[in-house]
Amino acid sequence: MALVTLKPYKTPELYLECYNISPDVFAGKTSAEIAELDVREGKTTVKLGDFFEVKGNAGKTPEETEIRVSGDCSRIKYIGNKMTAGSITVDGNADMYLGGWMKGGKIHVLGNVHSFCGIAMEGGEILVDGNAENYVGCAYRGDWRGMRGGTIRIRGNAGNDIGTFMLGGTIIVEKNAFIHVSTHAEGGTVIIKGDVQGRVGGQMVKGDIYVLGAVQHMLPGFKKVGMTEREVDGMTAKFTHYIGDLGERHLKVKGKEVYANLYVMAA
Amino acid sequence: MAEILIKNGFVIDPTRNIDGDVADIAIKDDRIAEQVGSGAKVIDARGKVVMAGGVDVHAHVAGPKVNVGRLMRPEDKLFKSPYAQESYRMESGFSIPSTFKTGYDYARMGYAFVMEAAMPPLHSPHVHEEIHDTPIIDQGALPVFANNWFVLEYLKNQEIENSASYVAWLLAATKGYGIKLVNPGGTAAWAWGLNCLTLNDTVPFFDITPAEIITGLMKTNEYLGLPHSIHIHQNSLGTPGNYGVTLDSLRLAEGMKAKNKFSRDTVMHSTHIQFHSYGGDSWGNFESKAREVMDYVNQQKNITVDLGCVTLDETTTMTADGPFEHHLTRLNHLKWANTDVELETAAGVVPYVYDKDIKVCGIQWAIGLELGLYAKDPMRTFITTDHPNAGPFIRYPRIIKWLMSRDAREETLASFKYSSKVIDATNLHAIETERNLYEIAQMTRAGPAKALGLSHMFGGLAPGMEANVVVYDLNYKDMPSDPEMIERAFSRARWFIKSGDIVVKDGDIASHGNKRTFWVNAKVKENPQVIRDIHEKFLKDYTVGLNNYPVWDSLAPNPYVINIDVEA
Ligand SMILES: [Zn+2]
Repeated sequence: MALVTLKPYKTPELYLECYNISPDVFAGKTSAEIAELDVREGKTTVKLGDFFEVKGNAGKTPEETEIRVSGDCSRIKYIGNKMTAGSITVDGNADMYLGGWMKGGKIHVLGNVHSFCGIAMEGGEILVDGNAENYVGCAYRGDWRGMRGGTIRIRGNAGNDIGTFMLGGTIIVEKNAFIHVSTHAEGGTVIIKGDVQGRVGGQMVKGDIYVLGAVQHMLPGFKKVGMTEREVDGMTAKFTHYIGDLGERHLKVKGKEVYANLYVMAA
Repeated sequence: MAEILIKNGFVIDPTRNIDGDVADIAIKDDRIAEQVGSGAKVIDARGKVVMAGGVDVHAHVAGPKVNVGRLMRPEDKLFKSPYAQESYRMESGFSIPSTFKTGYDYARMGYAFVMEAAMPPLHSPHVHEEIHDTPIIDQGALPVFANNWFVLEYLKNQEIENSASYVAWLLAATKGYGIKLVNPGGTAAWAWGLNCLTLNDTVPFFDITPAEIITGLMKTNEYLGLPHSIHIHQNSLGTPGNYGVTLDSLRLAEGMKAKNKFSRDTVMHSTHIQFHSYGGDSWGNFESKAREVMDYVNQQKNITVDLGCVTLDETTTMTADGPFEHHLTRLNHLKWANTDVELETAAGVVPYVYDKDIKVCGIQWAIGLELGLYAKDPMRTFITTDHPNAGPFIRYPRIIKWLMSRDAREETLASFKYSSKVIDATNLHAIETERNLYEIAQMTRAGPAKALGLSHMFGGLAPGMEANVVVYDLNYKDMPSDPEMIERAFSRARWFIKSGDIVVKDGDIASHGNKRTFWVNAKVKENPQVIRDIHEKFLKDYTVGLNNYPVWDSLAPNPYVINIDVEA
């Protein structure tokens, strides 16, 4: 693994769109070449080196490239955009669209992330030690194709609209979530280890949701079908099993409708 | 604007039977000239093809349903919106591009004129605002008539003269170009949740059939002597087995004679014929009937068609065929917009993914190309994608590639997951025809210009015509063996001179040009009954006042008005 370190030395006046902070783009480049990569600040194109001190050359391939951003990225968007391999560590907070459209590799954020983390993700791993804002693993605005694969783990809390239009992959929120989980989802798994306020599984066609805390307000489109024991993220527990969203269309397999599942841990 | 001399190119101009002769094209101001002075700007076109600017007979590029598409599909812009070029405007979108991208992309392909194919009359101000906002290209718009209450009532009583007076009034009020029919009667039936799938299905309440509407509007059109024939999106679009209805509709043109002063000799333009050439009775046994449909078109000389080729892209469907869009959203479960336009029409919008690995999509793709290859008269068969319904207009160069190269077709066909099933349901695999540049110029320039009654201005390079001249990076004498080069050349013109102004240089936009809006002012003798009917309907039925209805002149600030004196 070749390590490239980016050290922020100047706070952008606007937010920076750093589509190029990705092992795929860095691969095969020297630190000087990396510093010359384009980033966008508003409507102008600037250089990565205008805001970051770049140290170390990248590996030959994305797989062999490790990026460490040592400093706060609260105003840096699109870190790890579309990456397919390698790794990125952010030693602080990151702004919107971290790991968006990601296909492989790993991203670890030691602080918090803003909204749209892992948007339309297809593979790889995102680990956030702090909290996430809204739209974790959701679909792009208007799109009906959300997260398709990979894993997002938020160690803290997450906001609203988690896994909207999700088709596959796993999202784990280790603390609480606000509202709208797996809205319109047609696959994938969302695990909330704390409480959720409500609107869980609205218009959900297929997929699984686990809530290990409480759902404050259940949606009327979910029906209790029994109790079940399930293994979730390394632990086994008893859950109340609901199916839904009964107001949505569902595929039929061998004449039987396939519903989405909501498992709420039994008290 | 001044003088330009395009030297030594291979000129292709079907209007004068010129096929690849090396010649110079002179431009003086906004017209092609016999010759220019020694001070003219010289463009070296040696080893390159020179054609007239393209003419698009049918695309949905301006107005409320296009805008609904833009609003409901932000994802259409994602990663497909290049940053602004210096001194030009930002471009955004793919299947429903912004107005600026629309103008720029047409110009890059060397297109000079584009017909907006369906203008809801009530919303014509919006259509004209967008047309005005679309740079470079000249445009017109076709108001929709085939579900309009006035028209249905007049035609039910066979009152062609009244129908003509009303159409003339509406063309002037909306600054429209001609008569568009969309799912005749079917869209009106949609207000009752119904449709008209055959020519004899009666429209509820109005008690008239699609056949009567089509024939009546055809007579109305020739009574007025409009530059364009009626322009019809037929009933039963997009359903397996619809080719019978298609042929029934085309047969209505038999015995009809074109009457006009615009050298137009056709009486019906049947649009996006691909969507109407379907066999089978379900999607399971869906198959091509391109040969059956094109055999008829070939022998029936007073009709024109455009292809409506499926391009295998993710796109946005939008049409005044309200019931069809409802049918589509039930098929693909994607988002749906639906609207009623009082007294006049309706519309729907649904995204659609023409996936090359879905058998039906592959068959649709093949049908569009089969039609283009079976056509015996390229002057009556035009290249379109019914933008954006079967694919975005930026794919015209790709369609040209497929029509010109069997290798390119075979390569695409072989890449399908169900290629052998597609081959079984179509004839494309067996067709060896390859279109040449002359035929392409007929299908994209001379032909559509003639069908629109604009052959005196567009589609050719004769002195006196509009100075719309494109130079493509293609060597007529040494055509590339790689079909991709054909697509590339038609995608980005080396030079495009629009009305005497250099608007594209090396594939990039060089000027915002001087776009115009074409509309038709047919002066008929005063018809007190129709005037009374109009006043009455606006008082009784419309929610807008008559005075607020017509398009203000300020919304079409660069008009090109075609005046017709119907009394004469
Ligand atoms: Zn159309």
